[in-house]
Amino acid sequence: MKTDELKKVASQVRRDIVRMVHGVASGHPGGSLGCTDLLVSLYFQTMKLKTDGTDSVVFDMSGTGEDMFFLSNGHISPVLYSVLARRGYFPVSELATFRKLDSRLQGHPATAEHLPGIRIASGSLGQGLSAAAGAAYGKKIRNDSHRVYCLMGDGEQQEGQIWEAAAFIPHRKLDNLIAVIDFNGQQIDGPTDVVLNNRDLGVKYEAFGWKVLHMDGNDLDDVVTTLAKAHAAGGKGVPVCIIMKTEMGQGVDFMMHTHKWHGTAPNNEQLTAALAQLDETLGDY
Amino acid sequence: MKTYTFTEKKDTRSGFGAGMAELGRTNSDVVALCADLVASLKLDTFIKENPDRFIQCGIAEANMIGVAAGLTLSGLIPFATTFANFGSSRVYDQIRQAVAYSGKNVKICVSHAGLTLGEDGATHQILEDIGMMKSLPGMTVINPCDFNQTRAATIAIADYEGPVYLRFGRPVVPNFTPADQIFEIGKAIVLNEGPDVSIFATGHLVWQALEAGKLLAEQGIEAEIINIHTIKPLDKEAILQSVRKTGCAVTAEEHQMNGGLGDSVAQVLSLNYPAPLDMVAVNDSFGESGTPEQLMEKYGLTAASIVAKALAVIQRKK
Repeated sequence: MKTDELKKVASQVRRDIVRMVHGVASGHPGGSLGCTDLLVSLYFQTMKLKTDGTDSVVFDMSGTGEDMFFLSNGHISPVLYSVLARRGYFPVSELATFRKLDSRLQGHPATAEHLPGIRIASGSLGQGLSAAAGAAYGKKIRNDSHRVYCLMGDGEQQEGQIWEAAAFIPHRKLDNLIAVIDFNGQQIDGPTDVVLNNRDLGVKYEAFGWKVLHMDGNDLDDVVTTLAKAHAAGGKGVPVCIIMKTEMGQGVDFMMHTHKWHGTAPNNEQLTAALAQLDETLGDY
Repeated sequence: MKTYTFTEKKDTRSGFGAGMAELGRTNSDVVALCADLVASLKLDTFIKENPDRFIQCGIAEANMIGVAAGLTLSGLIPFATTFANFGSSRVYDQIRQAVAYSGKNVKICVSHAGLTLGEDGATHQILEDIGMMKSLPGMTVINPCDFNQTRAATIAIADYEGPVYLRFGRPVVPNFTPADQIFEIGKAIVLNEGPDVSIFATGHLVWQALEAGKLLAEQGIEAEIINIHTIKPLDKEAILQSVRKTGCAVTAEEHQMNGGLGDSVAQVLSLNYPAPLDMVAVNDSFGESGTPEQLMEKYGLTAASIVAKALAVIQRKK
């Protein structure tokens, strides 16, 4: 898909995100908006996904013979749900059920309701990279050369388990795994540097044995190019970690440059103001 | 009282190792993970024969549980192994979210459970793990009694689809389960039939229950002795059927009274058939350093304790 087409999808996904969190007056729009360009690029351009032979995707829990994506920072579920629906994993209309009783779209991603596209629950932070490592290891054992992607938050890097996985993955030469860190510098209680300084994440991952790439997560050209570079770097015995600079709330001016919209939903007026900045390109759900 | 004999004392963890060795030869989907304790878990044979299906995780148990959950996706059957303390309380949130809530086919197999870990002391003597694990929806909790039963349970859980917590221990104990006995998850085993009192025991306390049965028989009391190797799903029918006959019960386990087998049996009885009940278990206390025998004696996890409580519950039904 060309960049201008990806941009159209991204605009619609951002509309979905603000409408979903507004619809239930809860959820996490900030990080979702910041990571929209990455997820759109992954699902509409980068990842090799199982299809029915046409462009229609087919969900297979095993992920055999296709690339897999794991969302470790599960609170940005709105962006994942929107992208999965827009890619065709489940009806777009189901986005209206987000966080509501009896929905398959739980507040944080879960498998219990069998939502196509979700392979493991996430939300309690720090666990996704380990699950992705297991999936990547499984692909190695099964001789499946496809890639495993894992998105984490930068605040999440404060969890100890991340560093257990960060040591394990290069040690086991899981060069089919590509980790992405959403480096937006914000977390619930304020700037990450103030709450608990991660210092230089790139240096840390390099020291743990990863190849580190940097990209602007809100520049679709850069995202597509860097993901291709990361894919090409695979298979050489070293896993790749992409430090992805993003702006929390990207695409909605009053949600940017603050941590205020980490876990707050817009009211009616704010929704109107936000939607005015985002083109309805694929039709609202 | 039926007589049980044994040719040798063996550790249940070696039963696990023997089960893993067999699975290594018979089930190519089985993968073993360990957090720097392969000798303690008796994984040597499995690793030697299947080096490509062993994943050393280092002293990083949380990651090990997540890796195990991820491995299940491609149809592999991961056996994540460590000491019981580090495979339960240390990684409870990981087991809850990535394994139980996510419904992953992970087998958490843990050794050195309970007081009989011995000299290392209370930091390592987990006595709360059954309670934690049985609280998780969908989790199967198994605590076999001897080498043969642990071996059989290890083989059985590979064929069962779903998360399992398999708990065993360090010391040698009488190996009396027939070597060819098939392990049926959730099916209690009646070791002795009797009309006077039901004794429900699990793990290392099963042999103590048999010893207690002999002592009770000397006093003319025939105890019904039942091995509850699976704490969840609990064989409620076997428990109710027995207590309907005997009218009273004693539970015995190497675990806290809070959250253990006794709790589970009490729930079944109070909801269905209230009857005098007492529990042989650790009573809201941490352990300490000592030999396994000294600790079991000091904390009252013995045949003598079972006898005393059996006599007391028999009195209460009159």
